[in-house]
Amino acid sequence: AAAQSRPSALQSGESLATLKNESDSLKKKLEEERAKLHDVELNQVAEKVELVSALSIRTRRVLKGHGNKVLCMDWCKDKRRLVSSSQDGKVIVWDGYTLNKEHAVTMPCTWVMACAYAPSGCAVACGGLDNKCSVYPLSLDKNENLAAKKKSVAMHTNYLSGCSFTNSDMQLLTSSGDGTCALWDVESGQLLQSFHGHTADVLSLNLAPSETGNTFVSGGCDKKANVWDMLPCASVSCRLYDLRADREVAVYQKDSIIFGASSVDFSLSGRLLFAGYNDYTINVWDVLKGNRISVLFGHENRVSCVKVSPDGTSFASASWDTSLRIWA
Amino acid sequence: MAEGSKDQACVGAIDPEDDSPNMIIYRKIEDVVMRIQDEKAGGVTIRTVKSFLSKIPSVVSGADIVQWLMKNLTIEDSAEAIHLGSLIAAHGYLFPISDHVLTLKDDGTLYRFQSPYFWPSNCWEPENTDYAIYLCKRTMQNKARLELADYEAENLARLQRAFARKWEFIFMQAEAQVKIDRKKDKAERKILDSQERAFWDVHRPVPGCVNTTEMDIRKCRRERNPHRVKKSVYGVSDENQSQPSPAHIPSQPTRKPTKEDVQKEITFLNIQLDRHCLKVSKVADSLMGYTEQFQEYDPFVSLTEPSNPWISDDSSFWDLEASKDPSQQRVKRWGFSMEEALKDPVGRDQFLKFLESEFSSENLRFWLAVQELKRRPLQEVASRAQEIWQEFLAEGAPSSINLDSHSYERTSQNLKDPGRYSFEDAQEHIFKLMKSDSYARFLRSNIYQDLLLARKKQQPADTEQGRRTSLEKFTRSVGKSLTGKRLTGLMQSS
Repeated sequence: AAAQSRPSALQSGESLATLKNESDSLKKKLEEERAKLHDVELNQVAEKVELVSALSIRTRRVLKGHGNKVLCMDWCKDKRRLVSSSQDGKVIVWDGYTLNKEHAVTMPCTWVMACAYAPSGCAVACGGLDNKCSVYPLSLDKNENLAAKKKSVAMHTNYLSGCSFTNSDMQLLTSSGDGTCALWDVESGQLLQSFHGHTADVLSLNLAPSETGNTFVSGGCDKKANVWDMLPCASVSCRLYDLRADREVAVYQKDSIIFGASSVDFSLSGRLLFAGYNDYTINVWDVLKGNRISVLFGHENRVSCVKVSPDGTSFASASWDTSLRIWA
Repeated sequence: MAEGSKDQACVGAIDPEDDSPNMIIYRKIEDVVMRIQDEKAGGVTIRTVKSFLSKIPSVVSGADIVQWLMKNLTIEDSAEAIHLGSLIAAHGYLFPISDHVLTLKDDGTLYRFQSPYFWPSNCWEPENTDYAIYLCKRTMQNKARLELADYEAENLARLQRAFARKWEFIFMQAEAQVKIDRKKDKAERKILDSQERAFWDVHRPVPGCVNTTEMDIRKCRRERNPHRVKKSVYGVSDENQSQPSPAHIPSQPTRKPTKEDVQKEITFLNIQLDRHCLKVSKVADSLMGYTEQFQEYDPFVSLTEPSNPWISDDSSFWDLEASKDPSQQRVKRWGFSMEEALKDPVGRDQFLKFLESEFSSENLRFWLAVQELKRRPLQEVASRAQEIWQEFLAEGAPSSINLDSHSYERTSQNLKDPGRYSFEDAQEHIFKLMKSDSYARFLRSNIYQDLLLARKKQQPADTEQGRRTSLEKFTRSVGKSLTGKRLTGLMQSS
């Protein structure tokens, strides 16, 4: 009702210029309103919080086997298995704990940029330059050719940049270089919902960790991170954006960090932020205090993907150096 | 060397409009590199070093660079400074004068800075004909320092085979380059030769070294200015390769906003202005509260018991989680919120068990059924939705739930064309109801309290006496702190 009370050029068929003016003044007003809520800095409030005790995070496992850059990985719900995909077209399922390679699939395309493990642990999804996302059921029979049972689920008009199962094996959420995200029914391959809101390639997506909500966030080349059903925000580097305050509440940066972060994930309590960078390192940030706790060396090329395991006991990193590492 | 290498000094050649991720990085590195070289402004001393019978112009030691980085970029640990310096070298901004491998060492090893002409920000993508000319030229000059390394000799051999038909042309170009080089001053030539070599060390790296020119294919596809790409150091361009590679065909450029786009934007902004938002102080408190509450569950912040399997190679921690007997710490978590209780399958089962014992489980069963509905394949959705309606909402339903008339109407309408979200309204309503009613009772129940306090049940909970005893115990234990005892041997054995 309040919105209607604001005078608007919407109804009267005004020119593009007038509309742009209205949009700009609304943006300005929104900024002013939000600035009023910015009464304090997060790291100031967090001064009274106890320091995180000294961490001794080290590489605990190195997974070797890919022939080229590892572009993506995902954990299985069982907290120890993971799936990874590479530029060489291979998708490998590993038991991270024993280093066993349990399955391997050769995709018909190179640059497999996205992969995901199904919640049941019985299938994986992957895709990339083929513009598709396919689901492979994982067979217990080692001799069975996984490619034979492959199911093409998602079809985009440009590369697949991200995929994720929603709470079940039956729905797949994808993001693409064609600027859209989409939700698919795995069994029938039908498109359930399409999300148009980015004006350029969508590079990544992440589901909200909630049983009850159906929200996800996507990030794109248009420098926007869209939270679907909610607000698009401008975000380029490592920043914490709070949806309740509708603003950025922390930036994680340092003079000595010149290269960009490619992937981030929170520890279980949300106190730590693990960020993988294009300078081959992983930085561990104190989310509340804003300082960097430690820097982890080990990879020999860009870190492409970082994900914390389902029970928070470790996190995995995938790299252009063709390996994956598990840290704890 | 191509003409005008210094005239075309490309400092600040980056289009200020170009804020593609690579350019942002290059700008930052170039800022650092220019500062290091600015002796008047606290930069390192670049000097000529005497060596045997000759002089080495324009060099600085690795140690000096590391020290500068630590001081000026506030780096506490030299390992970090060495790593950063090595990356700056790997991208071609500085190089060791006696090595093809581009890393920084924290010792007396001598380094030189790259000419801005060769900076990566100039969008160099030198072709193989160029590389062939370069290697060919090297073999023509009779200098020890220009001798080809093994991998370079192999590369040259391969290129000779590949360009067999145009080798005469390449040879001539190489000769021309040698002539141009001879005209230059001796000291200047040393510097230029090394810079040229460093350029090729970036674009044709030593086998085993990272090729920093490799690009993320998603960024390749978005190349906005394929014309800005420089393909030849020597002013030679291969006709066959003049077609832009498929990697450079621009994908959708960002569209210009249309009238419709702006209209949508206005509507959206109005919605945002009407949104109720929280102050940062409140949000900060909430974040701090959350992290504090979950701190003991975060293996990166608190020690796990039993040990973290990844560290100790002992998987007992996982075995325990998988067993149907939850630890007190795990049970405590169910008390944080109903979402936490429902997230844990054991918590969910216990909650259900409690409600069943009270004969009031229909709300939770409805909620669970709707969650499950959303996970079904599309073709099963309509029929399953009908089943849920029949079981919980229809007249005379066996597990009738209580909805307000508004939600009931809405749901009833939705069921005319049943879908995955037909029950969203109803589910939200029931969730709120459970939160304030059933969940609160669950936390006070014997079932929950027994698990939380690791008690063994002495009397069946559903007798009058059992309830009274439990109530007494509860009242007594209210005074105790509920921080949850650590796992004891007792729990482990069950």
